[in-house]
Amino acid sequence: MISALLVMIGISLLLGAVLGYSAIKFKVEGNPLVEKIDAVLPQTQCGQCGYPGCMPYAEAIAKGEADINLCPPGGEEGIRKLAELLGVDFKPFGEGAGPRAKAVAFIDENTCIGCTLCLQACPVDAIVGAAKQMHTIIASECTGCELCLAPCPVDCISMQTIPQHIGNWKWQYPTHSIVQVAAR
Amino acid sequence: MRKLFKFHGGVHPPTHKTESSRTPIVQAAMPSKLVIPLHQHVGNRAVPTVQVGERVLKGQIIGRPEGRLSSAVHASTSGTVSAVDMQVVAHFSGLPDLCVTIIPDGKDEWIAHSGMDYKQTPHSELRQRLREAGIVGLGGAVFPSDMKSYSHKHKIKTLVLNGAECEPYITCDDLLMRERANEILRGAEVLRELLYAEEVLIGIEDNKPEAIAAMRQAVADDGHARMEVIAVPTLYPGGGAKQLIRVLTGIEVAAGVRSTEKGVQCFNVATAYCAWRAITFGEPLLSRIVTVTGNVERAQNFEVLLGTPVDELVAQAGSKADTYKHIMGGPMMGVDLPSGAVGVTKATNCIIEASQAMFPPPQAAMPCIRCARCAAVCPAELQPQDMYWFAKGKDFGKTQEFHLFDCIECGACAYVCPSHIPLVQYYRFAKSEIWQREQEQQAAEVARERHEFHMLRIEREKQEKAERLAQKEKAALAAKPAAPTPLPVAADPNADPENTLQMRIDSAVAHSNMQMRIDAAAARAKEQVATEQPKNTDALTPQQQAEIAEIEARRAKFHEIASHPGADDESPKQ
Amino acid sequence: MWSSPFITTPTSVSQIMLRVLLALIPGIALYVWYFGPAILVSLTLASITALATEAIMLKLRNRPLKPFLSDNSALITGWLLALSIPALAPWWLIVVGTAFGIVIAKHLYGGLGNNVFNPAMIGYAVLIISFPAHMTHWISPNTLGGIGLSFVEQLNYTFNGVLPGGLKLDAVTMATPLDTLKTQLHLGLSVDVIRDMPIFGYLGGKGGEMVAIGFAVGGAYLLLTRVISWVIPATYLGTLFAIAAIFHLADPAHYVAPLFHWFSGAAMLGAFFIYTDPIGSPTTHRGQVIYAAGAALLTYLIRTFGGFPDGVAFAAVLMNICVPLIDAYSQPKVFGKKGDGK
Ligand code: SF4
Ligand code: SF4
Ligand code: SF4
Ligand code: SF4
Repeated sequence: MISALLVMIGISLLLGAVLGYSAIKFKVEGNPLVEKIDAVLPQTQCGQCGYPGCMPYAEAIAKGEADINLCPPGGEEGIRKLAELLGVDFKPFGEGAGPRAKAVAFIDENTCIGCTLCLQACPVDAIVGAAKQMHTIIASECTGCELCLAPCPVDCISMQTIPQHIGNWKWQYPTHSIVQVAAR
Repeated sequence: MRKLFKFHGGVHPPTHKTESSRTPIVQAAMPSKLVIPLHQHVGNRAVPTVQVGERVLKGQIIGRPEGRLSSAVHASTSGTVSAVDMQVVAHFSGLPDLCVTIIPDGKDEWIAHSGMDYKQTPHSELRQRLREAGIVGLGGAVFPSDMKSYSHKHKIKTLVLNGAECEPYITCDDLLMRERANEILRGAEVLRELLYAEEVLIGIEDNKPEAIAAMRQAVADDGHARMEVIAVPTLYPGGGAKQLIRVLTGIEVAAGVRSTEKGVQCFNVATAYCAWRAITFGEPLLSRIVTVTGNVERAQNFEVLLGTPVDELVAQAGSKADTYKHIMGGPMMGVDLPSGAVGVTKATNCIIEASQAMFPPPQAAMPCIRCARCAAVCPAELQPQDMYWFAKGKDFGKTQEFHLFDCIECGACAYVCPSHIPLVQYYRFAKSEIWQREQEQQAAEVARERHEFHMLRIEREKQEKAERLAQKEKAALAAKPAAPTPLPVAADPNADPENTLQMRIDSAVAHSNMQMRIDAAAARAKEQVATEQPKNTDALTPQQQAEIAEIEARRAKFHEIASHPGADDESPKQ
Repeated sequence: MWSSPFITTPTSVSQIMLRVLLALIPGIALYVWYFGPAILVSLTLASITALATEAIMLKLRNRPLKPFLSDNSALITGWLLALSIPALAPWWLIVVGTAFGIVIAKHLYGGLGNNVFNPAMIGYAVLIISFPAHMTHWISPNTLGGIGLSFVEQLNYTFNGVLPGGLKLDAVTMATPLDTLKTQLHLGLSVDVIRDMPIFGYLGGKGGEMVAIGFAVGGAYLLLTRVISWVIPATYLGTLFAIAAIFHLADPAHYVAPLFHWFSGAAMLGAFFIYTDPIGSPTTHRGQVIYAAGAALLTYLIRTFGGFPDGVAFAAVLMNICVPLIDAYSQPKVFGKKGDGK
């Protein structure tokens, strides 16, 4: 039995060596860490992480000042990517935090008084309009950060979730696997 | 004998073709209503051009093509538009899409239409005609034919006409070739003309001897030159465009490559037929041949008006009571229809009525035993078991390394898999996941740029303000008699409290004025909101939807403006 | 909503595995004919152990029992192991080997489909390393005119370790032809002289060669029913033949003829039943060629120059390790991307 175990251990060591070698050999040199982190963040620029935008959050993560589970728009997938990038463990969102359904801001154009306050708040300049003119949101550029909601003096901006339609529908992960059948 | 080539793999599922191929094509009865989706083709959805209540004539455009890659949609008969709204359509998702519903008046009254002689007409006009007649690939791919009939500056040697019809159960092309061979071939001549193709090769699987004979006869009768009808071995998916091109010419067209680059183009026989009707008689695509088979009393082929509800169609073939779902297309690549209410579309080549006995629900999947049966049959020469392994683990990068996007979703792998793994669904899942991620990544990229630009703009505005302030100060100083030399750090407004005090007061007054104005306007607006009905966004009427569409259009315009910044709005990247 | 395709072939995993079991039967029948019914006892023991351990492991891993127990894969593990070790052996030998194979080599790796190694071969490797003494006592074929044991006497030995009339185990067993060949060569005899010894037959050892032919017949059945492809058996046997032929031609006195390698030991069993195990072999065509050729080379080297009686099992285990690497480097070009100018 002992010698059998030794053989097994020997084999696993060999495999480990091969894996280790390939890890070194195929390693890719890339851009600095902050940029890599920023590339993973969803760029919603919403500040929900407690930093004034994605880049500052990326910098904070790189410096080790911030946790990786603070960005709700990125979702768990985002945390997973960060964990992988930084070589740390996955960490779920804290109590109550977590991603919401994707939404875009919508200005009720009948109510808008054209005060331009929302325009200044928008981090990605997705609101167009001039002083005293009706404002509107470029839906395709809106990141859903909700930063324009608070400044509006007439509360005419609302978030509208993006409904599922044929254009954005996705195939689901197959579910009739054997484990599912057993669970039924 | 022409030398035929082989493609890798392939399977021989039971063909079940004789059930429906014994009787000639029958004209389907006029349905009680037509539900015509505006998105029946690859590309942009057609834009509705009719209103509820409007009377339309047979052949009238009800959806105009939008953008380069799109196609027109027509009223299949005369009648009244009863709705332009979201209806469930024949799509994997089971989700609704914009449809025009027409109640036929039974008169079948044609709109004025006329044909043209394709030899006397410029090619651009012919293509325009194809586009406006709504001609798209009728083999199931529904790619707009006008976009396929360009040679793209490549020398096209071969035009392949696809009559292979490799999917089990389907016989609509078989019957069309038997009954309307002459017109198919004339359509092929039109397409040959458009492509400047030298030869026409017509590939038909050898399990359709009648169709082969009819087509050969027609070639001989009409004296078509350099046109050959070739019997190809029956092997699924030999009717895939790429597989058929390979078999007939030996050329392999990789995924993401236009076959014209390799000097071939491929059209379905039914497409050629409809192209001929559209050019010569000015008849747009209003109907198609649909095989109705499976769990029915009389499996046969119907000529069906587009938009005919599937329920009404299958009733004519005598759908049996224990039918529990409808499959559109063949059993290998078809769509499990969400409901019998969906309308027949240009892609509907076949409706298979499924009973539990014929199409039992999928069996439980066992683990992959790496038997490589899937790899042995894959026509794209992929390693399905590896793609499956990574798709299952959601390692999408790896699936792409294993050429996920070369997969044509033919289903041969899942057909042979002894573990009954729904392989194709894993690939579709992985593909749509990757597409979504790419989109999100792109959106994030745009947002990043726009945010950077935003920050830059704020920075610049701050600077400009400071500069303006400095200018004013300078002016004020200059106005003073015997003014001392300007301060060196004039840009800082706090540098000289004495001089800027007045300005600050000014601006504070201006601001409070502004604030008052805003408050007043806000109060007005609030009143307005209070008097307005609360808006219910869940149950939108078509009119409201139309309004939203209008707003979207306006937004799109803004978008355009926004994406072409003025001269002073330089992008930070430059 | 389901995804197409809506039809599948009736072939299932359990059907494939069942065919493999069926294909083993001609070999087993000849085994019984030449060596007596002891093999049936060890096959039964192996089957029971395999199913029991499989069931326990499935329960522990919280997997459904029915589909996995009826997939017949555990039976194959048990049978292959039973056929690879001496039939006349204490009962616990086959039980330990089978259990080890199923528990460690199969389920600890994630169960059916996820195992890296062929569980039966791991079981064999563990047995031969841990209990080498028990692994050398092979029953003499009854055509050699030795003392034949009755079924009851064999049972008695298996469970109680008692042979009738104070017989020594050596009296009813012998070393395998491969072993004999090796020891006699060490003693300085030449191949022709050794081959004239009574235990050798036409092709391999007496009796053993017939069993090998039985396995080849079963293999042909698997090929005909397309349960296995011809690539691995053909490459394996071809390579084994070629290497043996080269050595034999160079020095006929020291290296035995290639056909002897085919028909002795577990070569035929390996060619059609062990190396063709899909889970532990490469999936690509080229990969399978490399894998089978490598296995043949290792088999020959271990048989001829190594210390173990046969090389088939170790070759399988060693080649199993290489499969991911072989697969990675033998990826075929996909449709339209072959760069042949077309
Ligand atoms: S929480 Fe918002 S601002 Fe912070 S990283 Fe995520 S998207 Fe960017
Ligand atoms: S803050 Fe509100 S009122 Fe002011 S411009 Fe924006 S949407 Fe209109
Ligand atoms: S579905 Fe894709 S992977 Fe499967 S056989 Fe067809 S092309 Fe190959
Ligand atoms: S056919 Fe099924 S079990 Fe066999 S390798 Fe492919 S996916 Fe795995």
